Amino acid sequence: MTPDPILRICNVSKTFGTVAANVDVSFDVGRGEILGLIGPNGAGKSSLFNAIAGAETPDAGEILLEGKRISGLGAVACTRAGIGRTFQVVRSFDSMTVLENVMVGAFARHARTRPAMAQALEVIAFCGLVPRADVPAHALTPPEKRRLEVARALATQPSVLLLDEMLTGLTPTEAQAGMRLVRDVRARGITVLMVEHVMEVLLPLIDRAVVLHLGRKLAEGSPAEVVRNPDVIRAYLGDRYVA
Amino acid sequence: MATSPRPNAITRRRTRELVVGAALLVVLALLPLPIAGTYLRGLMVLTLLYAGLAQGWNILGGYCGQISLGHALYFGIGAYTSTLLYTRLGIPPTLGLFAGAALGALAALAVGWPCFRLSGHYYAIATLVVGLMVLLLVQNWGFVNAAMGITIPFRTESWVQLQFRVAVLPFYYVMLGYAAIAWIVAWVVEGSRWGYIWRAVKDDVAAARSLAVRVFPSKMAAAAISGAIVGAGGALYAQYVGFIDPDSVLGLSLSVLIALPAVVGGVGTLWGPLLGAAVLIPVQQLSVAWLGSSGNGVDLMIYGALIMGLALARPQGLVSLFGVRSQAGGEVVDDA
Repeated sequence: MTPDPILRICNVSKTFGTVAANVDVSFDVGRGEILGLIGPNGAGKSSLFNAIAGAETPDAGEILLEGKRISGLGAVACTRAGIGRTFQVVRSFDSMTVLENVMVGAFARHARTRPAMAQALEVIAFCGLVPRADVPAHALTPPEKRRLEVARALATQPSVLLLDEMLTGLTPTEAQAGMRLVRDVRARGITVLMVEHVMEVLLPLIDRAVVLHLGRKLAEGSPAEVVRNPDVIRAYLGDRYVA
Repeated sequence: MATSPRPNAITRRRTRELVVGAALLVVLALLPLPIAGTYLRGLMVLTLLYAGLAQGWNILGGYCGQISLGHALYFGIGAYTSTLLYTRLGIPPTLGLFAGAALGALAALAVGWPCFRLSGHYYAIATLVVGLMVLLLVQNWGFVNAAMGITIPFRTESWVQLQFRVAVLPFYYVMLGYAAIAWIVAWVVEGSRWGYIWRAVKDDVAAARSLAVRVFPSKMAAAAISGAIVGAGGALYAQYVGFIDPDSVLGLSLSVLIALPAVVGGVGTLWGPLLGAAVLIPVQQLSVAWLGSSGNGVDLMIYGALIMGLALARPQGLVSLFGVRSQAGGEVVDDA
């Protein structure tokens, strides 16, 4: 379906106790696209997200990056293979400065401090954090912390960047700035997979959307197709809104 | 938005640290000249020893955030190793101290292997228990004279053997070298990949993993360096005092004394262990001298009150008095 997939999700299932978080989910992520992974709360977005990032192992199915299996290898191996991620609840290293935070990411690709610092500075400039480079991470504003998460992940030189609710909770102005950053990331040649549960934030930004509902893939397609899909309307709004 | 990046904030800080460190080394090298009294010099020897030990503890407990209450184990292993090599095989302590450091590192790895699977308080408690177990074992181990301890016989005045008729002044310089090397090791690793990774592991393990940090090996590396520094300190202490027994080199109170200067001075900072030792060790020794350590415990009360006061007034450690960036969420104050 997708002509040149960089990331393939193949029949992934995951159960937590008695709750089926993902049931037989399959879709492809095309090289260089911005794909939105959307769905109401409890749809299984975070579970799938964690499986792709290596933080969780699927019970069945597999996830392929550039044709190689990455599912079940753990977060470290997934990052090395080229998956970068941010966290929904920001996890900055609060005792370290912005530059030091990003350097930790850069050390994923560099053994020595000097090249790691050079790369971290480049990414910090890219993310617009230069004036804050020497500020401790705990002193950043919430949108700055989101930017720091992106910068840190970019420093690991990912081919696919996973963004977990990066735009949620931001003011419209902040969200606009965040969207510009996402477009800039894609312009670097990095494929972006975004998880959001607020659809309207995401629709203008993404090339394609995959909608999850109750653990299953409900719909897939362009933003315009997806919002017209009766199943999606039903899932979000209830039966009586279906035209 | 500023256009020119400031690539050298970290580099400038580190250069400044080297300059201050070198200046401090010169001052400390000259310090015994005006201070002639054996008692005061002895106090300074102990202060430098603990500065080095705490610097070693700080690698694991401070930078990497793995609070150990069992570091006396590595100290004791270093002390017993060099002492046994010297008294039984005649191997000079200048070599024995490297054997002590190596075994200290190995012991730290052996403790870390099971214990790093625990986190937070559980890790601290596990190190405490391991330390107490080894203390009991050595107290009953005939091969090393059990609870009687080992006296190191005086043979000849020699730097190679680290034996001196009047030990205080030579050992001042031995311990100064020890503290300086521990400081340099801390300075080097702090600026290296390990230093960054350790602080990341301390702050947030999940985030560190997402940046390809291999958490367990990084803790093991910190443990090995930490154990080696403390093991070497144990070997030097044994030569300085000339007598070791399980209580004095493996006791729980020693584990606390190794950790305290770093905690009081500033956990996970370069200067914290030095500063903490410079304040705590003289206070501790002087309170023992003035009030007697005959079991009334007044010295310990004063000592404890001081630590509580410091913890309340300066939770970031004494380094925060100097505007030095402290680890636990302080501000960058000194960055002009």
